[in-house]
Amino acid sequence: MTSYVLRRLGVSLLILLGASFLVYQLVAISGDPLAEFRESNRPNREQLMEQRTALLNLDVPAPLRYFIWLSGAARCVVPGQCDLGRTLQGQEVTAALSSAIPTTLQLVAGATVLAIVIGISIGIVTALRQYSAFDYGVTFFTFLFFSLPVFWVAVLLKEFGAIRFNDFLADPVVPLPTVVGVGLVSGLVWAVVIGGSLRRRLLTFAVAAVVGGGVLWYLGATQWFRYPGLGPALVVVTGVGIAVGITTLLAGLQNRRALYSALITVGLGVVAMFALRPLLDRATLPLIVVLGVAAVAAGVLVGRLMGGYDYRQSMKVAGLTSFFVAALVMLDRMMISWPAYVRLVRGRPIATIGSETPNLSDDFWILGIDKFTHLVLPTAALLLISLASYTRYSRASMLEVMGQDYVRTARAKGLPERVVVVRHAFRNALIPLATIVAFDIGGLLGGAVITERVFSFKGMGQTFITGLTLQDPNPIMGVFLVVGITAVVFNLLADLAYSALDPRVRVKS
Amino acid sequence: MSTTQQDTAPDDSREVPEDLKGLSQGALVRKRFLGHTGAIVSLVVLTLVVLLAITSVGLGPWHGWWQYRWTQTPVLMDGGRPTLQLFPFSLGEHPFGQDSVGRDYFAMTMRGTQISLAVTAMVGLISALIGVVIGAFSGYFRGWLETVLMRFTDMVIIVPVLLVGAVIAYNAGGGVLILGVLLGLTTWTGMARLVRGDFLTLREREFVDAARLAGASDRRIIFKHILPNAVGVITVNATLLMSSAILLETSLSYLGFGITPPDTSLGRLISDNQAAFSTRPWLFWFPGMFIVIICLCINFIGDGLRDAFDPRQRKISTRRVRETVPAAGAVVAGAAPYGRFEGTAARPDGPSDGDVGPSDGTGA
Repeated sequence: MTSYVLRRLGVSLLILLGASFLVYQLVAISGDPLAEFRESNRPNREQLMEQRTALLNLDVPAPLRYFIWLSGAARCVVPGQCDLGRTLQGQEVTAALSSAIPTTLQLVAGATVLAIVIGISIGIVTALRQYSAFDYGVTFFTFLFFSLPVFWVAVLLKEFGAIRFNDFLADPVVPLPTVVGVGLVSGLVWAVVIGGSLRRRLLTFAVAAVVGGGVLWYLGATQWFRYPGLGPALVVVTGVGIAVGITTLLAGLQNRRALYSALITVGLGVVAMFALRPLLDRATLPLIVVLGVAAVAAGVLVGRLMGGYDYRQSMKVAGLTSFFVAALVMLDRMMISWPAYVRLVRGRPIATIGSETPNLSDDFWILGIDKFTHLVLPTAALLLISLASYTRYSRASMLEVMGQDYVRTARAKGLPERVVVVRHAFRNALIPLATIVAFDIGGLLGGAVITERVFSFKGMGQTFITGLTLQDPNPIMGVFLVVGITAVVFNLLADLAYSALDPRVRVKS
Repeated sequence: MSTTQQDTAPDDSREVPEDLKGLSQGALVRKRFLGHTGAIVSLVVLTLVVLLAITSVGLGPWHGWWQYRWTQTPVLMDGGRPTLQLFPFSLGEHPFGQDSVGRDYFAMTMRGTQISLAVTAMVGLISALIGVVIGAFSGYFRGWLETVLMRFTDMVIIVPVLLVGAVIAYNAGGGVLILGVLLGLTTWTGMARLVRGDFLTLREREFVDAARLAGASDRRIIFKHILPNAVGVITVNATLLMSSAILLETSLSYLGFGITPPDTSLGRLISDNQAAFSTRPWLFWFPGMFIVIICLCINFIGDGLRDAFDPRQRKISTRRVRETVPAAGAVVAGAAPYGRFEGTAARPDGPSDGDVGPSDGTGA
């Protein structure tokens, strides 16, 4: 095992060396860093050219210049000694990268995690309802999302998600056609998702249409969009919904102890919502993290105290429920700060450019909302295009597993469908996905060139593209190095994870 | 089950059902593909788009039937608003409107479609060719050749496609030919890996041993015996490659590293006009719609091809089994609730590699 990992790492190092040499030569012929001076007629032209030549060692031929760069890059093995050269403006590339990486991670990590969770869920449901209207609908939309150019989606989102939505927020009146339309769409979606006999479909359609349209009308009529909030009632209702949902998935509703421990957690959460209000008003990030951990711990404890022979299930259910209820409480508190934030940004909350409002210093909640309003559109754009592949992969994987003999055996010995799907099929369907997920996470640092550009995020992709347009070699190489290393490492991790998850696959050692 | 049915059963069984007749592999694939509604509709739509793009503004010296060229600047009419009417259908003077200097946007969109399609087709062909050759050689010969070729593939995977685009833009000025060739030279990696995997399993099969014993040369075994068996994987992946190639081309053009003026492409049109979204939204809608239509069609065709080539996709109709084998009817009917889980796809859909997907990264 160790020898396998070492050998893989050695080979990866050689590949990286080869690729970086190739990329360095490509960068060298992709532009001329002196071009801007050649065309200028400034008096000190010669001197500027000499300066830049000295800065970038342009007097050395590119194949040899690579080794100068490499000797600097090789020092990165020792922390703090890194020398990736300077940008044309004289900034250290390492400094530029260390400010770009967090921005990129904020943007891409959220979108990737959401895409994985939502994509896999949709994929599993379509696999369980193969050849249903829902399956066909989802297939069509995944192909559609596959086919969308991201810059096109991003510009559309900017127009309709930000500019028009902000206009709407200035005067939040929901017109009647919109209410009817949203109601019909929600009815249609739920009727198709839940399925069943025609009678059941019609019933689902009617209920979902009335509820969907009604909620929207109510929110519009009560000025909710201007002064949003959940309030204790909505937290309780949503919390109970979450508790029942998680219990159904993980333990089955007939496991009363699990259900009760989840419900008790919801009650505790609502109590905490009032008890902790003064504390939450002065929240900081560490405090939120501590509170979150405490919430999960409390849930687990409730589950343990409920006891029973399978107390582990109760612990799992209550812990998860507690996590979501805590998130609800946080969301509620954040919504309270929303009107103040809207006043701060002069009534146009959803941002179209940048990763944060410049020079904004306020409490935790305002800053949190600020992050959210800046991230929501680029995240949506990225989510939309990466959702499709996860849906397709997980659908195919789940279909494959559901056809296996052990699933038939599980059914034959009388296990409930929930156990068959969640415990026997779902877990095994995740194995091939692990590789793809690891691979995608490895590519995270590469950023999202186009999305970052459209939304003016100063991340890795933007650094790369700016380097290309300014014909500035060092930042390009810096981004390439970071991306290349993470890609190679996560590729290795993907292989190791696969062999750890699936005992039939052995690594050659 | 009544006795009359029992009596007629032997007569029925003598008549072999249509789909059990001895059909060649190619005929089976064609039959399944023609049965895939989405793929057929997409094929028709794509053909229409290609025909429209080529005949309207013509190719080379031929000017086509449309009255304007994409370079002409007629007088700006009605603020350049599109004159296209669907009910009753009429094209009008400028169906897709005019851009800010008055150029006919229909002609420009058609020219952009031509260019984007040409680049797509070239990228698909070239990268499929390279990928198949490298994958086939490394999968068939194994040994040091495989190691060298696969490590080379790993190396090319982490070279950012954007950089290649920038190199082209700086040195060659973004012609169709050079763009297609160079993008083809960088996007073959996924295909090579897939073909290698297929060859690794196929070369251990009995028919390869038989061919070798009969004295067939390596070249003959690769091209006559193994390659036809891998054609499904190759076709499907090439289609998906093309659908991602069109997005890649438009993205590159959008970033300014693709097709350069005076020529245009769909991505370039959007890039040039994105600032005008609030004043002239049609400049933004039409090229985008064409990208989506083309890409969607290619994806559906790929899906249809996958269904046609993958025998595991074949649905077993319980009704037919019950009709032809009356005695087994009860058993099959009992299994029917689980019938929907049979005949499932094994190969995950979608592009198989990070760098050819509709990805938004630097291609690494």
